[in-house]
Amino acid sequence: MKTLKVFRSLVKDAMLEVTHGNRAYHIWMAVLSFIMLFGMYNYSIQLDEGLSATGMTDRVSWGLYISNFTFLVGVAAAAVMLVLPAYVLKNVDFKQAVLIGEGLAVAALLMCLAFVVADMGGPARLWHMIPGIGVFNFPNSMLAWDVIVLNGYLFINITIPLYILMMRYQGKTPNPKVYIPGVFLSVFWAVGIHMVTAFLYQGLQARPFWNNALLGPRFLASAFAAGPALIIIVLAIIRKFTSFKVPDTTIKKISMIVTVAAQINLIMLISELFKEFYAPTHHSISAVYLFFGLNGKTALLPWIWTSISLNVIATIALTFHKIRNNLKILYVLCGMLFVAIWIEKGFGLIVPGFIPGPWGKIAEYTPTFVEISVTLGIWAMGAFIFTILAKTGIAVELGQRVYKKK
Amino acid sequence: MSNENKKWFSLNLNRSKKTDSCGCGNNSGSCSDQKEKDGYDQIMDVPMDRRAAFKKITAGFLIGAGAVNSSCSVISGDESKEKANIEWEEYFKGNYKLMTNEEKDKTVDRLTRSYELRTGKNLSMSSKDAEEDVLFGYAFNISKCQGYMDCVNACVEENNQDRATEMQYIRIHEMDEGKGFNFEESDDNYYHEVPADGHFYMGTQCFHCDNPPCVEVCPVQATWKEKDGIVVIDYDWCIGCRYCMAACPYDGRRFNWKTPEVPEKEVNKKQHYLGNRLRKKGVMEKCTFCIQRSREGQNPACVEACPTGSRTFGNLLDPKSNIRWILDNKKVFRLKEDLGTEPKFWYYMD
Ligand code: SF4
Repeated sequence: MKTLKVFRSLVKDAMLEVTHGNRAYHIWMAVLSFIMLFGMYNYSIQLDEGLSATGMTDRVSWGLYISNFTFLVGVAAAAVMLVLPAYVLKNVDFKQAVLIGEGLAVAALLMCLAFVVADMGGPARLWHMIPGIGVFNFPNSMLAWDVIVLNGYLFINITIPLYILMMRYQGKTPNPKVYIPGVFLSVFWAVGIHMVTAFLYQGLQARPFWNNALLGPRFLASAFAAGPALIIIVLAIIRKFTSFKVPDTTIKKISMIVTVAAQINLIMLISELFKEFYAPTHHSISAVYLFFGLNGKTALLPWIWTSISLNVIATIALTFHKIRNNLKILYVLCGMLFVAIWIEKGFGLIVPGFIPGPWGKIAEYTPTFVEISVTLGIWAMGAFIFTILAKTGIAVELGQRVYKKK
Repeated sequence: MSNENKKWFSLNLNRSKKTDSCGCGNNSGSCSDQKEKDGYDQIMDVPMDRRAAFKKITAGFLIGAGAVNSSCSVISGDESKEKANIEWEEYFKGNYKLMTNEEKDKTVDRLTRSYELRTGKNLSMSSKDAEEDVLFGYAFNISKCQGYMDCVNACVEENNQDRATEMQYIRIHEMDEGKGFNFEESDDNYYHEVPADGHFYMGTQCFHCDNPPCVEVCPVQATWKEKDGIVVIDYDWCIGCRYCMAACPYDGRRFNWKTPEVPEKEVNKKQHYLGNRLRKKGVMEKCTFCIQRSREGQNPACVEACPTGSRTFGNLLDPKSNIRWILDNKKVFRLKEDLGTEPKFWYYMD
């Protein structure tokens, strides 16, 4: 009963917190709300007309939505990997990063789910998936696995920070015996969500471009580069705009993780390219399309080459301590890496899987305005959710909002 | 089917063959002949009850919100009331595979009645189950096909496919003679007089694999293999995720990107629940070997329409069928056999 009362008070305080802020904060939230509304309006068009409002066709049947979904699963997984050093190794540096990381994970997961729903042909029939009242094709379908692991992960990532915040809110110290097992679970789970999402593609013998044993590990490597890179950028912003203290060493430690992951990712990329182009087989044709275009169809070329150049430049630069330890440059490099991996794990992965089609047909895919607007709307929603979570979390952490016993 | 019955080469990929021939992996619903319930059946029945509860709860919410005025109000006409009722029941019905015969009859009644209410016309819809000792297969004679595409047109008419986007289940690939089966360079969208010089033709469609990858991946079991080997989709259960489409190595599946349009005059009124009944937007569909015909002992529309006799359809378990004669006497092959999907669709040449 008491917990409930504390929770109610926390929610009330959170409401107060998120509705108050300086001018920049209000503008930021207003802009996000506007983009969200615009995305919702476009989604209503899509609901009305069906998925023909998007650029997807029978030939390329997954596009921008699933690309973003795939990428964001990685972000969600990586955000939590920072939890381990902070809570278990008692590495104080990471503590602040963790709160942000878990908030980021929650926001990314909600975006994932939103992207999946946006991609459905019959969102009204989604209850067919609910175990118990629908029919759930478990364990055969990897999508069923994915639904389970994503929702489970969301649950874990809401409960742990909530527990910690609740304790802090009451001025108590969180009991490690309560949350450490949860932290361990979430770390394993983070690897799990990413592997399962990779298996979703990897398990399709029909699509040689995805049917590749390296896909899962590469997902992990790229996620551990992109996720923490995003965290660094977010921490930099928070440091600038709030009184929340993030020491330089925290950011530098995270940049180590980014660097190592980016290096591994690059090695795997080279291995993949070698396999596809040293002795090209019939199955390399999607890779040829992606990197060089086929029969004059070259829609993906600018994207993938941008991605590769950004990736290579950022990874090489990060490798040098001197460059990496200059924070201004580090932020830029993290931004580059983030964009590079967004292209590579999104567009660069999903679309070529369908091109050429099973009978060699090359039909290209271009997202429509509706599709892009919905996508932007969902990203805005993610940023909105994250801002709310982070603002409340920081206020509680800093002791600005505390539970007042009446 | 047991292995003795199998008359074709199959890859031994160390897959443990399920003993029941039905791909759905359970013995309930359309795949059941036993009257008695086994344990699994009873478990699978639970969802139906839970769904009833779910339905009631939702109804409670909606009535609270005043959203079901039309179906509850006394003012609106009987017909619109009935329509709303049908929509309501249809929305909450279960997966066809798990329905009892009674439930199947009910949904068929609702669907025909709703069509009548909408258009004033009657249609007949069947929910006929697979027959014993039947396993359908198909053979295609590459030497005979001239690319006339009569099969494609017959298929579109028979199966009520969307006319606006010209959805077609069958693709005819025009290939260059002397280049062999080179799908990459073939053209599946030609508009010229056939047979064109120096070309040969080959048709593809859903191959009704014995080991269908699309069925495995569907998160809600909206698609499955029937006892007679036909891979079907429950259009009302599909949530439109298109995972099955990504999983199909043969480009056999089609998606309704928008509401399909078939002029009322052209609607084929002889329908089957799992076959050519009218679809809605956002669901998957594909060739069903014209289940509304084949289960009545007829040939699929494409076989009937083919002017050259390139197409043969029949029961693989009947030793006297034409298809068996072809498998026994011709040098047959299948496409992408290395994937282990075991299509029930063979090609051969004279
Ligand atoms: S599109 Fe429909 S049939 Fe295909 S996998 Fe998704 S729910 Fe199943």
